[in-house]
Amino acid sequence: MDKEYVLNMEDISKEYFGNKVLKGVQLKVRPGEIHALMGENGAGKSTLMNILFGMPVIHNTGGYGGSIEFDGEKVTIDSPNKAMQLGIGMVHQEFMLIPGFTVTENVKLGREITTPTVASSLLGKSLERLDKPAMADDTRKALDTIGLNIEDYAMVAGMPVGYMQFIEIAREIDKTGIKLLIFDEPTAVLTESEADRLLDTMRVIASKGIAIIFITHRINEVIAVTNSMTILRDGTFVSRLETKDTTAAKIAELMIGRKVEKLVDNMGQDNRGIRDDDVLLTLKNFYVDMPGERVRGVDLNLRRGEILGIGGLAGQGKVGIPNGILGLYPSSGEVEFDGQKIDPSKLGDALKKGIAFVSEDRRGVGLLLGKSIQQNIIFTAMQIQGKFLRKFGPITQFNGKAAKQHALEMIKALDIRCTGPEQYAGRLSGGNQQKVCLARAITMEPKLLIVSEPTRGIDIGAKKLVLELLAKMNREQGMTIIMVSSELNELRSLCDRIAIVSDGKLTGIFGPDASDADYGLAMSGVVEGGKDHD
Amino acid sequence: MSNTPLNKKSSLDGLKRFVFDNKVILLFVLLSIVCILIADTNASYVASEVFTRFGRNTCLVLALIIPCLAGLGMNFGIVVGAIAAQLSIFWVVHWGFTGMGGLLLCVLISTPLAVLFGWLLGKLFNKTKGSEMITGLVLGFFADGLYRLFVLYIIGGVIPFDDPNLLERGFGLRNAFDLTGNLKYSLDDISFLTTVSVLSVVSIFSTLVLSSFDKKMGREVNAKQVTGKVVASVVVLVVSIVARFVPILNDMLGSNRLLMSDAVMLGGIGLLVYAAVMLAWKRPEKGSGAFRKLAGFAVLALVLLVSNFIPDVNKLYRSVRLPAMTYAVICFFVFFNNWILSTRLGQNMRTVGQSRSVATSAGLDVDKTRIIATCISTVMAAWGQLIFLQNLGTFNTVQQQSNVGLYAVAAILVGGANVQKASNKQAIIGVFLFHTLFVVAPLAATKLVGDSAISEYIRMFFSYGVIAVSLAMHAWKSGGGRKPGAEGMSAVMMQPTNPAANSRPK
Repeated sequence: MDKEYVLNMEDISKEYFGNKVLKGVQLKVRPGEIHALMGENGAGKSTLMNILFGMPVIHNTGGYGGSIEFDGEKVTIDSPNKAMQLGIGMVHQEFMLIPGFTVTENVKLGREITTPTVASSLLGKSLERLDKPAMADDTRKALDTIGLNIEDYAMVAGMPVGYMQFIEIAREIDKTGIKLLIFDEPTAVLTESEADRLLDTMRVIASKGIAIIFITHRINEVIAVTNSMTILRDGTFVSRLETKDTTAAKIAELMIGRKVEKLVDNMGQDNRGIRDDDVLLTLKNFYVDMPGERVRGVDLNLRRGEILGIGGLAGQGKVGIPNGILGLYPSSGEVEFDGQKIDPSKLGDALKKGIAFVSEDRRGVGLLLGKSIQQNIIFTAMQIQGKFLRKFGPITQFNGKAAKQHALEMIKALDIRCTGPEQYAGRLSGGNQQKVCLARAITMEPKLLIVSEPTRGIDIGAKKLVLELLAKMNREQGMTIIMVSSELNELRSLCDRIAIVSDGKLTGIFGPDASDADYGLAMSGVVEGGKDHD
Repeated sequence: MSNTPLNKKSSLDGLKRFVFDNKVILLFVLLSIVCILIADTNASYVASEVFTRFGRNTCLVLALIIPCLAGLGMNFGIVVGAIAAQLSIFWVVHWGFTGMGGLLLCVLISTPLAVLFGWLLGKLFNKTKGSEMITGLVLGFFADGLYRLFVLYIIGGVIPFDDPNLLERGFGLRNAFDLTGNLKYSLDDISFLTTVSVLSVVSIFSTLVLSSFDKKMGREVNAKQVTGKVVASVVVLVVSIVARFVPILNDMLGSNRLLMSDAVMLGGIGLLVYAAVMLAWKRPEKGSGAFRKLAGFAVLALVLLVSNFIPDVNKLYRSVRLPAMTYAVICFFVFFNNWILSTRLGQNMRTVGQSRSVATSAGLDVDKTRIIATCISTVMAAWGQLIFLQNLGTFNTVQQQSNVGLYAVAAILVGGANVQKASNKQAIIGVFLFHTLFVVAPLAATKLVGDSAISEYIRMFFSYGVIAVSLAMHAWKSGGGRKPGAEGMSAVMMQPTNPAANSRPK
């Protein structure tokens, strides 16, 4: 048979409730090749893979447009089962393994080999006896194929993460007739040597004629292992490249792409005197154990008066930094703020010492949705700093009048669109909720304001307002700001310096005008100096 | 990557590990010893009580294993199984059936009832995923209430039930339900010889059925082995029948209970013969695992035999009388649990128990599997309650079922089980330990306080205390909140970002 491509997806489009997330994307993979699928967060990689794997989320939201050819035949994939029957396997980012089971039991999960028994012939197939030797044999074969030298009867619990990844792969390989294997960011959780090992395994699998789609952010891995790649950006197809014809810098540039729109029109008068020796916050060897956003050893200096951006792809650890400082997740390392040590293990210590935090989880952590705007605005300042309280000896009483006055001021200053300070915060639009969060942070009159994903989930107009508000606070009140955001464009329009975090570590600090390639490489974990720009 | 992550531990570490892993059992062993010392009681009394209670309670405790492995925690809901058993008894006694036939009829009636109750309970558990234990507990109270209404009013009041011997005043059952003369000891009193005869007949039939099934499936059948098994079973059957006509043997083995000293002799000789035959037949190499196992058997057999000739020990052995058939049924329950777990259904239960999300993604029907597990447990509980009551002989009509779940759960927890993991071994150890304490703790308390009225309070306090302590100790084992330091961080980092893995305490 002479088929050039095992998978040929043409002109794929998909919209979620009128929001186009894929616009005429194509993806072609040859048999036995390793093909990288690259793009920033939100570029449409997962949606494309969900379509390929027939996930219910696609079909519950109106299906997709375009055509899929698999193994030379036009197919409609409407369920994961169908995808599996066709010979498409997926190695999940989150392991679908059971720690309390042996390797064999995990590899054969749901596909156990059984033999009929007297009871099963009377009462149905589920009473067939497990054929453990046959299951172990199959598992052994799959493990040998990928060269994983562990016992098939060993328990998965307590194994290093790398092994688990390999067991997942063994499970996919064990499925009969597998033709295409999707690896969804398989190296994200691995150590360096494990990742190298995984790449070797991918080569072995590909050499058996199984095509591999390799989703990753790490450009050097792509260069090392793939034959070709498809790059997506903002739901559009950018390019299909042969790996040998390209360079890391070029890939990075194609992934990021320059966005022209300017998000902040008026930055205000800049008469701040930022000095390199006037450091407000120092992080030394800072680790945070925040699931999904782990920070693994960050050293950072924040100068008084600046706006520092922290960027990077989702899951790389940028959100972990503020959450660690505030003590919301366990951390280790040194945090020095304005000459004082902060103890992040004491919740509220950072708040007391003058750091305000606007969480990325607005509806979960950021707001008391069932309380009024007024209560939301004054809550933290009242609890931490004892503002809006009258003192009668040991007894304190809430000063409603002062609180109301302050809330009204804030509503006016920040232009919060509401019916009044008594309206529930949960009833507000996303942009206005974010303003309430900011109002609360300002109420504390902090020395440092940390905002995490301040524009997530709010529309473009509100986004602009929020960003301008941040600029105004920085310029007019001299408030030092750390802004954590996934949107590089946003960071570039506002920040003095932008630190890029990849894999829990700082991979570079750039000025807003640094090249796309610099950013792209840093985001992909390629460390190049990490020099300061002014 | 070639070497496994396990590294060798020194023997001291090994001992520490053993103590830590078995700390629940060890704590309760220690507690029993202290209680026995304080109570300063007669060893024969304690031994005979404990073995009686073992026969009485073990099946109920074994009913907890399958739902536990299926992720339902400790099934306090076995109370509904006990209720099914008690309902069946009312009618069987009313109709006047007695003995083994009556008991079998009870099984016949209670099983469909228990399946129905178990199905409903399973449905409820599926609606309250994650809080099955409290659901089971509360549902137990609720079912208890309905049952009381039924027993005190509906029976005779609404449903015609004309039996002046059982009814209090035209409606409602008498408070105490006496099984003497009908169901009492119907299982316990089956003699050792009869038990052996029955088992050998079962063995002959099952061997024949299994081999013909294998033949039908086109599998290889070892004809020699099959014939050997059948012949051996027939020999045992014949011996067990002939023994009835030998006065000495009939006196020893044909009476309603088996004296423990006889059981020890039989067991010792049996083990010795088994070990010798296997050694002669299989000829395992010296030092191999099989050899060591057989040698261990032989040593154990000798210890048993010798112990029987130590006067004090022999006196103890002579004070304990074992119900042969009941113990055989316990063995059947153990075997059944193991068998279910070796099937696809069992594997599905274990998968569901470990992670519902992984099970779903592997295409398993999580809800159905959980319902089946609950049904099996409820049926086992119903049978267990029948065994319990036939041994007890008389029971409190209204509230006998109330504490079934509590005591069973306490027993299995004492055996070292936890809400995620339970085994037959833990159930059996647990029953022994829990009931030893159950016997001696009130004695010890009476001795200390000098008032025998507190013993019932002690038991209640003790059962709940056992549950609380063993759950707390298990939480300790799981290692609750962790605070990583700089060094601990790398270990934390190595953990997968996997909800399934994280949801399960290590």
